[in-house]
Amino acid sequence: MKITGKVWKFGDDVDTDLIIPARYLNTSDPQELAQHCMEDADPAFAAKVSPSDIIVAGKYFGCGSSREHAPIAIKAAGVSCVIAKSFARIFYRNAFNMGLLILECEDTDKFQTGDKLTVDFDSGEIVHTGTKKLYQSRPIPPFMQELVQSGGLMEYIEKKVK
Amino acid sequence: MGMTITEKILARHAGLDTVKPGTLVNAKVDIALGNDITAPIAIDLFRKSGAKKVFDKNRVVLVLDHFIPNKDIKSAMQAKMIREFALEFGIVNFFDSGDTGIEHALLPEKGLVLPGDLIMGADSHTCTYGALGAFSTGCGSTDLAAAMITGELWFKVPESIKFIFKGKLNPWVGGKDLILYTIGDIGVDGALYKAMEFTGPVIRSLSMSDRLTMANMTTEAGAKNGIFEPDDITKAYVSGRAVRKYEFITSDADAEYETIKEYDVSNIEPQVAFPHLPENTKGISEVGEIPIDQAVIGSCTNGRLEDLRIAASILKGRKIARRTRLIVIPATPTIYRTALKEGLFEIFLDAGAVISPPTCGPCLGGYMGILAKGERAVATTNRNFVGRMGHTESEVYLANPAVAAASAVLGKIGGPDQLG
Ligand code: SF4
Repeated sequence: MKITGKVWKFGDDVDTDLIIPARYLNTSDPQELAQHCMEDADPAFAAKVSPSDIIVAGKYFGCGSSREHAPIAIKAAGVSCVIAKSFARIFYRNAFNMGLLILECEDTDKFQTGDKLTVDFDSGEIVHTGTKKLYQSRPIPPFMQELVQSGGLMEYIEKKVK
Repeated sequence: MGMTITEKILARHAGLDTVKPGTLVNAKVDIALGNDITAPIAIDLFRKSGAKKVFDKNRVVLVLDHFIPNKDIKSAMQAKMIREFALEFGIVNFFDSGDTGIEHALLPEKGLVLPGDLIMGADSHTCTYGALGAFSTGCGSTDLAAAMITGELWFKVPESIKFIFKGKLNPWVGGKDLILYTIGDIGVDGALYKAMEFTGPVIRSLSMSDRLTMANMTTEAGAKNGIFEPDDITKAYVSGRAVRKYEFITSDADAEYETIKEYDVSNIEPQVAFPHLPENTKGISEVGEIPIDQAVIGSCTNGRLEDLRIAASILKGRKIARRTRLIVIPATPTIYRTALKEGLFEIFLDAGAVISPPTCGPCLGGYMGILAKGERAVATTNRNFVGRMGHTESEVYLANPAVAAASAVLGKIGGPDQLG
């Protein structure tokens, strides 16, 4: 699977309170959450982001709370994938479990807001469409690939139970 | 090759003789936990899946604690849907109203989480129960739905880091300071995906309350779990509470660790974590002049009876500074009742504090003490991210209960030794 999208760049240690502040956790409605996605990092983000855009960040994206509202808000905002140097472990789990594509790549410093990237999820290759340079993301473990292919953990379980 | 306590618990629950770091296992869970923020998503998924029952009515635990008593209409709706689910599916351990408290203080107190257990919770601070010698880790809502249905969940066996604490504890230094110091040393992702195992002479004589505080904040170092080998202190804590049989599991002498760290606690003074990350720690003597608007004593980190007693010992006969607010939140109804009986409430009220019913409240910026733009709080909670307790231009400083209480009196961040 391949996608092309515009980059929105964030820094290191983007926590779940920045992704979706706790004051909005009184709902789990994806569309409502999407309206406040990244609000405390960039209040205009939800208005600016367009479908298939890519969030790029430094190390330890999604640290903090276990709230699945964070990947839900990102996905519902139309973001096609998140590329970061590393992810916090619950965010990583949640993203795969609920079907948000995420990639770990050491070279995220090379990408800036407004850049266009083409991402190939099968090979893990990221191409900067401006410079035509190729970057490699860390391979996704086979079990996680199986989860993604099933459509998430619930679907995976339903398949197994049947 | 031997195994660590973390590896052993995961192996047993996966029905395997041995596991190694990196192995993916499907393991049986002893408890699946959700709260009023994370359970609604899990319940939706559960209902959508068409599941007819939960895997075990006694082992699914649902706690209303974050926005309870209902802070607004939307949270009331969330609480209502959980309540209806709990009734419909006969969830035995559903906590609401006067029975409810902050989940990670409540479950150990009720003997629902025990040594040797494998516990998953849709809350990042589920790692707290590692204090009892359990493997316990925070997951998400989809994980919770899966665990509620099947009683199992996938885990990657983590590598372990061993932390050895030696030396003599300084006055007013407790579990909170040891864990803040550790996070300050290794960083907020210093134990990412790993198990943090605490040991050494200081740990062996550390109270259960302090151990719970330490395990609680291992997620602030990115860890999958924090864990303490069970001992006599564990035994004294769980006997009389345990609702099930439990087992003491320990690490083998030849178990393998990714890293071993040793700290001499004689060098550790009370710690304060500056905004906006728990790793920004300083010793209390290096803090400087930081005036505060609010002090919060509570949360799953430091809202236990021992914490309230420490705070009361400092506040007794004193008044909080003018223009400073103090909010005290006993973490569970039992703590609330005992604090009341012991006369602690009298001390808090005389000092000028507000006493809240058990709730997460301001810890995550929910309600019950939100900060305005430009305001500053010292809190015994566990996170000081941007906007965590309110306005994005407010600040949270993390500290132990003694420092929080002393700071409320001083009107600026300081330790008990600075009080006249
Ligand atoms: S007290 Fe704070 S950290 Fe603990 S469960 Fe509640 S919101 Fe989370």
